[in-house]
Amino acid sequence: MNPRILYIASNTFREAVRDRVLYNLIAFAVLISGAAILVGQISIGIERLVVVNLGLTAVSLFGVVIAIFIGIGLVSKEIDKRTLYTVLSRPVQRWEFIVGKFFGLAGTLVVNTFFMAIGVFAALLYVSRHFQSADGWILVALYFIVLEFLIITSLALLFSSFSSPLLAAVFAFSLFVIGSFAEDLRGFAAMAQGATHWLATTAAYLVPNLSSLNIITSVAHEQPVATQLIVSNTLYALLYAGMALCGAVLIFEHRNLK
Amino acid sequence: MRPSRKITATMSVLLVACMLASVLLLRRLDRLRPDSTLQEVLYISSPKVLKRLSLGYDGLLADIYWTRAVQYFGSKHFAAASHYDLLAPLLEITTVLDPHLTVAYEFGANFLAPKPPNGAGLPKRAVELTEYGIRYNPDDWRLYNDLGFIYYTELKDYTGAADAFARGSRVPNAHPFLRIMAARMAQHGGEIGMARMMWTTAYQSTKDRSIQANALAHLRALRVDEDVTALEKLVSTYKDSTSHLPSSFYDLQSAGLLSAMPVDPLGHTYKLMPDGTVQVRDPDAIPFIEKGTPPGYVAPSPKFLPSDTSGS
Repeated sequence: MNPRILYIASNTFREAVRDRVLYNLIAFAVLISGAAILVGQISIGIERLVVVNLGLTAVSLFGVVIAIFIGIGLVSKEIDKRTLYTVLSRPVQRWEFIVGKFFGLAGTLVVNTFFMAIGVFAALLYVSRHFQSADGWILVALYFIVLEFLIITSLALLFSSFSSPLLAAVFAFSLFVIGSFAEDLRGFAAMAQGATHWLATTAAYLVPNLSSLNIITSVAHEQPVATQLIVSNTLYALLYAGMALCGAVLIFEHRNLK
Repeated sequence: MRPSRKITATMSVLLVACMLASVLLLRRLDRLRPDSTLQEVLYISSPKVLKRLSLGYDGLLADIYWTRAVQYFGSKHFAAASHYDLLAPLLEITTVLDPHLTVAYEFGANFLAPKPPNGAGLPKRAVELTEYGIRYNPDDWRLYNDLGFIYYTELKDYTGAADAFARGSRVPNAHPFLRIMAARMAQHGGEIGMARMMWTTAYQSTKDRSIQANALAHLRALRVDEDVTALEKLVSTYKDSTSHLPSSFYDLQSAGLLSAMPVDPLGHTYKLMPDGTVQVRDPDAIPFIEKGTPPGYVAPSPKFLPSDTSGS
């Protein structure tokens, strides 16, 4: 990788750690251990399901919140603090700055997810007393969650490159919600007629399809995941994140920073 | 500037005091308004709307609603309630959110089907719930078994039960018992031996302590029903030959109709009533009995024996 991108990425990661982003792990640990201990006493037959469902949902939601709230400030904070001018006055291209920021935040989220995954598996071992081969599908669900983070991070960065942090947060969160309804939106588009059909179809393909990346419920029921889905989701997430990142670079390249 | 030690200490004490006082006050408010925290309300009753609102995290929401259904049933059951208005909607929401949550069908149908206070007294809803479960989990033979059980125990529909067991027996890896049940149900649906076979299999086919305790309690109740029927038949025989009712079981022993003093499954002797009927000494201790109870007896919520639930 380009050493300048690597340097910006590692700085972004260090800044996130300094901002105590990883403190969310404490909340996660309390949540997952509480669920593992308490659910058996207040419910029937769902101890393992709750650990998987709650664990993976928490990994996903915590990560999305971090991706949005850190992502939206990645560019604007540098402008506000005027550190961006110091960086760009050196031999660093604007696109390198954006890509470096993206990898820095993505790295933070991967590290965060890694520690949460350890928590999920520890809680699973506590309630089940042993691992089984079907638990391996949880790793696939975690991988899909990381792919979801790549999309959300790239979108947060895209919006952050041209709007205020507040608006960028609203845009990114709205797209996360709409993305969760992507399959419904395509269904609506298929039923619509005339211009509405084309508008709805365009919107359905423009918003990120996050619903196919959410396989939490099926892995909780130990259902296998098709290899084709893994490959397709990987390609889709990389292409979508790449598209959003290109948009962010394009806007940032033409932005007047004076 | 260094923080003042005095202010830190004062504020810490005040914080704890305010927190304790607010908790105590809230408890007092709860006592003043006892119904306010336990209202039977489903703020969103549409399962489809809830599924959309879950943003794809429907599995976790289903777990939450299932836990709510369990807690709702438990609290109502404990209070020996005659109405379980929210139980069916809670189970419907749970299973629409996660159609593969088989535990909700297995236990949910058992919550819905029996008459109050043992359940909600909604066997038809229990059948609908289980059929919905079968639609989404057609390879789970236990659901067909549960369905046959509801038809048999609650609806006394032996044809429906035979059909459910027959459908279940065609599922790959189904328990061989289902095929036998389907055949026997068609021929001997109403017999007590059939009921004993069903509860024995229910006991053997699960590791869940509560289901096993329930099966044991039913088996005990069946023995009581059988004993009472047999003893009342002996009383009738005695009356036919002597033209008067026996005053105690000793009369039956003296007449050679009974070899020993009859005892119920808990070891208590049965009571022979002046009208010739037979009753158990403590009907509350033997749940699900249909015979041997005083006239007008209303059964409380069933209490299982500690030995049943401990698995010893």
